[in-house]
Amino acid sequence: MDYSTAEIWLIILALTIGTFLLRFSFLGMAGRRQFPDWLLRHLRYTPVAVLPGLIAPLVLYPAATDGQADPARLLAAAVTLGVGYWTKNVLWAIVTGAATLFAVLQFTA
Amino acid sequence: MTAPIPPAKPPDPLSGRRYFLQGVRDSLPFLLVVVPFGMVFGVVATEAGLTVAQTMGFSIGVFAGASQLAALQLMTENAPTLIIMATALAVNLRLAMYSASLAPYLGKAPVLHRAFVAYLLVDQSYALAHAKYEAAPKLSLPGRMGFYLGSVALIVPMWCVASYLGAVLGNRIPPGLPVDFAVPITFLAVIAPMLRTLAHVAAAFTSVLGVLVLAFLPFNLGLLAAALLAMVVGAQVEVWLARQRAKGA
Repeated sequence: MDYSTAEIWLIILALTIGTFLLRFSFLGMAGRRQFPDWLLRHLRYTPVAVLPGLIAPLVLYPAATDGQADPARLLAAAVTLGVGYWTKNVLWAIVTGAATLFAVLQFTA
Repeated sequence: MTAPIPPAKPPDPLSGRRYFLQGVRDSLPFLLVVVPFGMVFGVVATEAGLTVAQTMGFSIGVFAGASQLAALQLMTENAPTLIIMATALAVNLRLAMYSASLAPYLGKAPVLHRAFVAYLLVDQSYALAHAKYEAAPKLSLPGRMGFYLGSVALIVPMWCVASYLGAVLGNRIPPGLPVDFAVPITFLAVIAPMLRTLAHVAAAFTSVLGVLVLAFLPFNLGLLAAALLAMVVGAQVEVWLARQRAKGA
């Protein structure tokens, strides 16, 4: 990470203010205005539109294995996704995914 | 101080305290998610090179785990500052949707109260409050506020404590542990339960494919472009599904 201390605090400050404005947007207007339907429809998909793209390269080309696809990490990712999908339980998904990664790395070390 | 305690006033069914306690109780299961998530952020942040103060600046100021991890990931990739801000705020666009959804219920509260509610708006408090307000439409404004504040009374301090513990303990994690994969695992675990409809799945696939195909774009713009594309695909599939259902009915 090559940011100066000032740059890091600038990022934190900008995200603090920006995130608050997003949270305050409609509460601040006291419910006098409503989102148009088409906008709500798009906003509904922001988490599933941003987060998978953010992690896809980390899963497929992990820096820890010099960008080479790693069977242990691919398997751990698949287990996390599968358990999360079927149980709808975030905690179980994290626990089983992490356990898979530890187990595979142990046995193949 | 031997004076007898004056008799309590008859319980006011509209008072916020009862609903505050209800909110606290309903929020308990969420602690199981908030605490590990906060610790993951703390560990990953200090591993990436942030100080404990900066880590806490994120957790107390931004106070939105997914966007914090997203910003951190881009920082480890040395992305331009503006791209980091835009991407992390894109992750938080859903908070504006929550704000719009709660505004009709809390709009009559004083503006400072609404600002406080806004600052505390996270996935968990939104989910709890919205479910409660829909189930009890006659709840008074103090009751609504009480429940809301109760729902965050434990989650917020525990989130900060967990981040701090992660940041402090993160320095003592033995080398060789695959900490690099904490971020992907946490996000996968968060995303998986969201894949409720074909539209959500289509958006997620578009996001992944988009990032891989648009990797050539400069300044880490690929992720933002892929995310916008994925939002459009999600919305279009939703419209298409609704039309199919209307035809079938």
